[in-house]
Amino acid sequence: MNYNWHWLIFWEASPDGQGTYLDTLLNGLQWTLVTALSAAIAAFVLGSIIGVMRTLPSRTLSRISMAYIELFRNVPLLVQMFLWYFVLPEFLPWGLGEDMKRLLPPWGSLVPAVLCLSFFTSARVAEQVRAGIDSLSKGQKLAGLALGLNLRQTYQYVLLPLVYRIILPTLTSELMNVIKNSSVALTIGLIELTAAAHAMQEFSFQVFEAFTAATLIYIIINIVVVIVMRFLEKRVAVPGFIGTKREAVITS
Amino acid sequence: MYDFDFDVIWRSLGYLFRDGMTFTLMLTTCAMVGGIILGTLLAMMRLSSYRFFSAPAGLYVNMTRAIPLLLVIFWCYFLLPYICGYVFHELYKISPKPIGDLLIRIFGYQVQDGTPLRIGAFTSSVITFILFQAAYYCEIMRAGIQSVSQGQMGASYALGLNYWQTMFHIILPQAFRNMLPVLLTQTIILFQDTSLVYVLSITDFLGAASKVAQRDGRLVEMYVFVALIYFVICLFLSYLVRCLQSRIAIIR
Repeated sequence: MNYNWHWLIFWEASPDGQGTYLDTLLNGLQWTLVTALSAAIAAFVLGSIIGVMRTLPSRTLSRISMAYIELFRNVPLLVQMFLWYFVLPEFLPWGLGEDMKRLLPPWGSLVPAVLCLSFFTSARVAEQVRAGIDSLSKGQKLAGLALGLNLRQTYQYVLLPLVYRIILPTLTSELMNVIKNSSVALTIGLIELTAAAHAMQEFSFQVFEAFTAATLIYIIINIVVVIVMRFLEKRVAVPGFIGTKREAVITS
Repeated sequence: MYDFDFDVIWRSLGYLFRDGMTFTLMLTTCAMVGGIILGTLLAMMRLSSYRFFSAPAGLYVNMTRAIPLLLVIFWCYFLLPYICGYVFHELYKISPKPIGDLLIRIFGYQVQDGTPLRIGAFTSSVITFILFQAAYYCEIMRAGIQSVSQGQMGASYALGLNYWQTMFHIILPQAFRNMLPVLLTQTIILFQDTSLVYVLSITDFLGAASKVAQRDGRLVEMYVFVALIYFVICLFLSYLVRCLQSRIAIIR
């Protein structure tokens, strides 16, 4: 193959003034994690609210949350990214749009990226929360109400604690998705991991090394997330459900 | 306030749909067909009792699902030329005359120098999406094959059919029918994901809109229009899938 292998490239100085090429990649990793984790937290909160709204008796609230979910699920992530980055600042009142355009890098692309990923992921989390609530037996809610709890208390003390324990595995894959999706932010100029690998490839022409490193880092993140979440899943698994260990049922 | 100019959409409508949407739909169709075929083969490998088959398939699927699509797009775009050049060069060494003639006729490619092969943007993105989506289709087909009862396999073997006959005439048709809604939902996701070829400056639907938007300085109108079109198409398709799902559910 006509290719000059050069694996020591990571310890050479990169022209972007951040030290070595390895530093470039690690800097990218840092922004990937910052973007993904802040979006994940926001999506979790927002998605829970929308998902709960979907199951409330009020038809209006249920319809609103359905429209919300459909809206964010049926537009490609990249298009949503452009809407937050290019279109939103034009419509913000009180000169906020101008302020948004004037933000210094990386904040100028980080803020729209986090907003975009939060809303995009929240629609998917909402679907999972809704599915989780629907999967509980109706008796849970009725029992809660019969004990004299009001609707909010029923959700807060009876339904939601159970739902989160059940949907934890799907939330794990959603966390992985948001980490992977954060790479789309490179289109609006955020130098996250994929963009850093791409930049490194452009400066050094070491295509293979740059992308191998990025791929390995993504796989390591994936493994870490899976291990942490599996540990968490074991801790919070609801005894008596399929997938729960037998001992847990006996000891409880 | 922002002054709209919706005329720009009307003027570029032909370009958007004739060039852009055609590319997007062609890419989606090719990637769907190729992805389902490769995915089904991978699923059969993953379910094989020989570790020689199941281990590589499992590794491929898990690795592909751990890295972002954008990274895969970059991988294929930058490295396929090298890899193809290398493979063809090795083939050329084995039998110079027919291979060399064939390559010149198909690609206009002089294999003798062993230089990277120039692959068009379309071919490159089709290969990318087939490779990437195959991992997701594989997981769906695996669930589909596992949803067919074990007795079907046993009965088929008892009738004297071999593995491939059993798979093609008995198991896979049922697996496809069971998983049809999920496969189609995945295809809608694929349709949205094809917008990511934007990063290679390809004129897909979003790419075409983006080019017009930047030429005329009409980002707001164009991106809102693109979002609207994607939204309508995906909403309609997911409505069709839901109809199909209820029909299939009645047959069962």
